[in-house]
Amino acid sequence: MPYHPDAWQAPTLGENLKRAGVTRREFLAFCGVLAGIFAGGAAGAPKASAEQIADKLAAVTKPNVVWLQLQECTGCMESTLRSGGTTVEEVVLKLLSVNYNELVMAASGDAANKALAATNAEPHILVVNGSIPLKDNGIYCTIGGESAEQVLRASAENATAILAVGACAVWGSVQASRPNPTGAVGVDEIIRDRPVINVAGCPPIGEVITATVAYLLAHDDVPQTDAEGRPLFAYDQRIHDSCPRRPHFDAGQYVRTFDDEAARNGWCLYEMGCKGPSTFSACPIFQWNLHTSWPIGAGHPCIGCTERHFFDRFTPFYRVLPNVRGFGVEGTAEKIGWGLVGATVAGVAIHAGATAVRHATARKTEAAEPLNAFGDDPAGTEE
Amino acid sequence: MAERVVIDPLTRIEGHLRIEIESDAGKIARAWSETTQFRGLEEIVTGRDPRDVWAFVQRICGVCTSVHAIASISAVENAIGSNPPPQARLIRDMVLASQEIQDHVIHFYHLHALDFVNVAAAATADPAAAVEFARQIGSTWKGNTLERMTAVRDTVRAILDSGQLSIFTGGYWDHPDYRLPPEADLMAVAHYLDALEFQRSMIRVGTVFGGKNPHPNFLVGGMACTIDPNHSESINQVQIDQIQDWIAESVEFVGTCYVPDALAIVGVYKDYFDIGAAQPNFLAVGMAGATFAGDPATSTLSSAHTAVRPGVLLDGDLATVHPFDLTKIAEWASSAWYSYEDGDVGLTPDRGETTVAYTGPTPPYTWLADNPEYTWCKAPRYDGKAVQVGPVARVLLAYAQGHERTKQIVDDAAATLGISLDQLNSTAGRTLARAVECLTSAEILANETFPTFAKKLRGGDIEVFDASRWAPDSWPDHATGVSFVEVARGNLSHWVAIDGGAVSHYQAVVPTTWLAGGRDAQGQQGPYEESLAGNGLHPLADPSQPLEPLRTIHSFDPCMSCAVHVLDSSAEELEAVTS
Repeated sequence: MPYHPDAWQAPTLGENLKRAGVTRREFLAFCGVLAGIFAGGAAGAPKASAEQIADKLAAVTKPNVVWLQLQECTGCMESTLRSGGTTVEEVVLKLLSVNYNELVMAASGDAANKALAATNAEPHILVVNGSIPLKDNGIYCTIGGESAEQVLRASAENATAILAVGACAVWGSVQASRPNPTGAVGVDEIIRDRPVINVAGCPPIGEVITATVAYLLAHDDVPQTDAEGRPLFAYDQRIHDSCPRRPHFDAGQYVRTFDDEAARNGWCLYEMGCKGPSTFSACPIFQWNLHTSWPIGAGHPCIGCTERHFFDRFTPFYRVLPNVRGFGVEGTAEKIGWGLVGATVAGVAIHAGATAVRHATARKTEAAEPLNAFGDDPAGTEE
Repeated sequence: MAERVVIDPLTRIEGHLRIEIESDAGKIARAWSETTQFRGLEEIVTGRDPRDVWAFVQRICGVCTSVHAIASISAVENAIGSNPPPQARLIRDMVLASQEIQDHVIHFYHLHALDFVNVAAAATADPAAAVEFARQIGSTWKGNTLERMTAVRDTVRAILDSGQLSIFTGGYWDHPDYRLPPEADLMAVAHYLDALEFQRSMIRVGTVFGGKNPHPNFLVGGMACTIDPNHSESINQVQIDQIQDWIAESVEFVGTCYVPDALAIVGVYKDYFDIGAAQPNFLAVGMAGATFAGDPATSTLSSAHTAVRPGVLLDGDLATVHPFDLTKIAEWASSAWYSYEDGDVGLTPDRGETTVAYTGPTPPYTWLADNPEYTWCKAPRYDGKAVQVGPVARVLLAYAQGHERTKQIVDDAAATLGISLDQLNSTAGRTLARAVECLTSAEILANETFPTFAKKLRGGDIEVFDASRWAPDSWPDHATGVSFVEVARGNLSHWVAIDGGAVSHYQAVVPTTWLAGGRDAQGQQGPYEESLAGNGLHPLADPSQPLEPLRTIHSFDPCMSCAVHVLDSSAEELEAVTS
């Protein structure tokens, strides 16, 4: 005999959490994790305390969520599963009603499509993993017989916030790399009349994905972003600037060959092709998988996966970035200034632009120049 | 009168799969397996630096993260003559093993279990009865406490009470074929949540070596992570101690939670040992994690899994191991949206072509199977036969070769369940085989691979990179390479040709391609199709709630992004690989 719902009487999350046995103390601990994440990278952003976040979260009713997976590899959902401390997924299960997500939902086929249609008809948060292949009438990715573009447009119509999660949803990622055989584009190429929050990375860090959703609820607003739509709380720092190996760069101490003595000493990977100087991400700050490690920490150069067109602009991956000169402590001030490159300048420009630019359409015209790479045209711009 | 049934999206899998069915009087008469995503990565990797390609092809799949990267670097190393040091190979083995264990656990609890477990009924269960049920099935998992079961029941209740059912929205909770007692449902939901926590913890084995998960970093010629007992910036005793704990967690969870749960569930749904049989042909190059750079017939085994050799079982004869011959692999595009220059023939991977020739309807559409072409997935065959790959193939191969631990677990399970060995070729059999294999993999990781690595490290073996073939000027002007890896979902091979320092040809033959492909020129169905429509007896009681075919398709653990992947677009011949 199935259990019949009979007792959702309290209107807010806070009351229902209490009813479900979640103590204020436990809830605050969860919010403390969120506060730490939000505070981690948000230069200039107002910092919220665990108390403030808890109060805001507790006051909301459960938002409905449509979480699409279009043309992609499911790495972003896997990263989401890896997110957080021990109790986060339980609280998030209680926090949101994710009525449609192909990876985890119980229903298939007609029942799944009904859940999607019903949620689409009401206000909801839209999360998108995956790109939209536009070539040949969208035949390269169909779901329920509809093209990815049709699915996306239907789900975006009543969405109150749109998150593009992962490199595919942000710009198309590997399948949009030269020669982009299926015409794959990111969400903000399709949805142009409203802001799209771009949670960049291939995949993004799990904690960053879930924190972006939590940010919407806690702040009742989309996070502040840079000119590429990336939340400042996770993308305001260049990897190069927060890298624990930075002193070795400044001191001219470089790994010259993988597994050499310098590598064992954790020296700078710039000479091995590290893209940290051109990449905005909080990897060195939040790290990965419960703060276990991160790519440079495990000895491999950063491949720049939070930047658009990194498969074209940042390859060959093991070639040294141009225009970032190595220098020792004895280098002249002028050399040092130049050594820090346009990247710093471009970074400032991006963030200066960000506060004013909230809409994807405006972003197109105001975006800063791409950061230094190899001068390749990004895929899709080269005809 | 046949009724047409469409399952699209087929959820709780990786990627996009559509199943079309004609059913008659509660049974499936005909079925079509339709892969509805194509990305064209084949063109994208051509012309790239072969040392970069692992990062591209790793993105074939984020569920099978790592496995395509390892297959890629192994194929490139085979081509350029690079020899990763033994410690680097052991590190890859550990990353592969941890990925496979995590993958099997996620599959069982998060992708497959809801086919058998009624979440709504869990809310009605007595928590004490759930604890007692766990005890009765031999689960000694530490999470089987009254407090935990009560908390989980309350969580489920709160979700149901809210009227917002989240991921359980639209589930088939009134379907009469949910058969577990409520206390078993509650126990399974609790373990579903425990498994989330478990996978998050144990996957850190790979994070230590690759820096992140999903999509950790790898390196042609070895690994980029340094290991050195006397350097704080290298992997040392600190990480060794952590890894030992995470591996111990794996053995504990798989042994005390996953395996008892799997046995209990297939025990209740025992008729599924007679449902969902596909072609009784099985192919593997060893146990899970077995990795070969080059033709397995001649190359050096690069992994620690030496107990079981490559082989093929054919026509239901589970005792005769035929030698594995890579030249017998051919792919057909008869039912796929590609055209071959020589028409409807089977092409060996070294001659593969992928010219898109879409003949399907413009979306939105309602039915695909009236066309002879209906999928983006090719149909690989071995010696002309559709074969099964994956845990069931590996377990049967290990059994046939007398692998002691596999035999012991299988024989015990068969005796308990009252089934015969050939019944592993079934919906429940594939699910059981995955659990059996997960246990042997965790034990091999804990008792062989990791201790070997740690012992060598203590002995001062710290080399992880072969620098001699890093520079492109050390490579031959023209080179070809191949790798075979036994990954979570089955046999994976990558094929590469390198000319003038750049990739000139790349191809992968992937587990789900073997399984999800459609009909070939002989009209032979792919394994998914055969499992549903092979004998006209597969149940489908209520076409609006296709619970039974979901069980069968999920038993294969589909990974559709993998199925349509990196294929050759140039029709250029890849030379036979003999090294």
